[in-house]
Amino acid sequence: MKPRDYKSVMARRGEIMRASVGIDYSKYSIGRLAFDYERMMKETGYSLEEVKRIQKEANVGNTPLIELKNLTSLVRKLSEPGYGARIFVKDEANNPARSFKDRRASLSVFHAKRAGYPGVVAATSGNYGAAVASQAARSNLGCIIVQEMFDSRGYEQPEIAEKGRACEAYGAEVLQLSVGPELFYMFLLVLEDTGYFNASLYTPFSIAGIETLGTEIVEQVRDLTGKDPDYIVSTHAGGGITTGTARGVLKAGSFGTKIIGASVNLQGLHMASDRDFNRKSFTTGHTGFGIPFAVWPDRSDVPRNAARVLRYLDGYVTVTQGSVFYITEALAQLEGLERGPAGNTSLTAAFALARTLPEDHVVVVNETEYTGAGKHPYAQLAFAKKMGVEVKRGNPKDEVPGKNIVIPERPEQIACTEISLNKLRESYVRHACSSLGEERKLSQVDVEFLAEDSRLDKDEVLRLLAENEVVVE
Amino acid sequence: MPDKAQKGDWVQIHKIVLPAGERAPQVPEDTAQVPLEMKVKGTLLDQEASLGDTVSIRTAVGRVLEGTLVAINPSYDISYGPPPAELRSVGEELRKILKGGDC
Repeated sequence: MKPRDYKSVMARRGEIMRASVGIDYSKYSIGRLAFDYERMMKETGYSLEEVKRIQKEANVGNTPLIELKNLTSLVRKLSEPGYGARIFVKDEANNPARSFKDRRASLSVFHAKRAGYPGVVAATSGNYGAAVASQAARSNLGCIIVQEMFDSRGYEQPEIAEKGRACEAYGAEVLQLSVGPELFYMFLLVLEDTGYFNASLYTPFSIAGIETLGTEIVEQVRDLTGKDPDYIVSTHAGGGITTGTARGVLKAGSFGTKIIGASVNLQGLHMASDRDFNRKSFTTGHTGFGIPFAVWPDRSDVPRNAARVLRYLDGYVTVTQGSVFYITEALAQLEGLERGPAGNTSLTAAFALARTLPEDHVVVVNETEYTGAGKHPYAQLAFAKKMGVEVKRGNPKDEVPGKNIVIPERPEQIACTEISLNKLRESYVRHACSSLGEERKLSQVDVEFLAEDSRLDKDEVLRLLAENEVVVE
Repeated sequence: MPDKAQKGDWVQIHKIVLPAGERAPQVPEDTAQVPLEMKVKGTLLDQEASLGDTVSIRTAVGRVLEGTLVAINPSYDISYGPPPAELRSVGEELRKILKGGDC
């Protein structure tokens, strides 16, 4: 039997991954860092037509696009005359497991079944677990979900507890772990023990499954307004929704649509800290995933992450936890839609953005997710108070993640904080440099890849490489 | 909750995956000081067991796992909790603005 200690299992990471994803990623390497992204997507993904067919068969997608007329009116009351864009929301809570994650899961599970794997494993504390479990159930495949769920005192994050319940309702085995990145070690062991498929969020299948979200949005906006969407605001975490949607938007021929990512601001909280774990009220859609995955996508559970947001983002903003809870309440009270809360991160950003845009502009909120016990502002705020986080009405500017949650006093206090994309692009190149170790040499093909992947000028990449003592041959 | 489980009961087990001191090198100090723990549910394979016993279970996908029995037919205790005072008046405030009151 192979050794099962942490170091030995992590050392087998490459071979476990190859067996569990079935992709030989080395095939796409064209330099030391460079790889052919589009070729990988083409050869290992599915065509848009195939994805549509698979999702139709799985009852996934074709969700409604709803105009939020009362929220738009509210925005206009708070805006300069002539301003206040029309806000639409893509109601992804209408999918079988009630979030857009069904799009990714339907493709991953279809692929696992076709490739002959006996089951699927996913490492996720979020909606993706329920989506994979749901799709596995209808495909007669075994399903194991590995969650980071409780702290050392045994306190369970209510939202994750609810997701665990949903996964078990769909017949999955749920491994619930305490806080720590060694979840990945456990995940590798499970893959090795079972021979199941790694239903990673970041494979080409998973990202191809989201492209229909982009094409549907464009088609529905054209149908409802006679024009292309001006902005699509997505809740941004690992980068899948932003990447997949943007690729779909381009495939639908909408080239002027601006792609905006929005995350809940959790800066200052350490994502691997046992203490900080339950001092946050959002378990996804936050900066703890959003920033690291933007600047170094290949930190994921596959060697080459197919979600590469810097290629697609036109803007990246943060909003506060309290603002998202406020907007979640507004969505229920003014539009009759009880959704979220995490999915409403994008709605919160869209609400602030719409105030700055002319009335004839169209902003699409990507997307809604279901709500329920544990996964609701009431449950999150009650839990935050129990964990010693102060909850109060006030100016969201005064919110300090982990210390307090400030519910806005007035809707005009809801604002986006812009994160410099240029800084993220530079940080991406620095991460690339630090991945090189002592052999600090790259070729021209790597420089071109880094420029394409970060959307920086080639000269800018060369400047950053020189600054980091990397030689280009 | 009963404190004795019979074969075939739906139970939860607990296991230390990595003891404190054997955590990954990159974890922050507070996390390094506590073990990595795991909980999982399944049907009990032992004839009879009490809370705290080492037992085997068969999980939903048929895997056999061993650990300490911590719960018998565990309930889902997630709830909504009380409607928080900080959100209670938001709907009314916003409807007032929409109807043309001052903002």
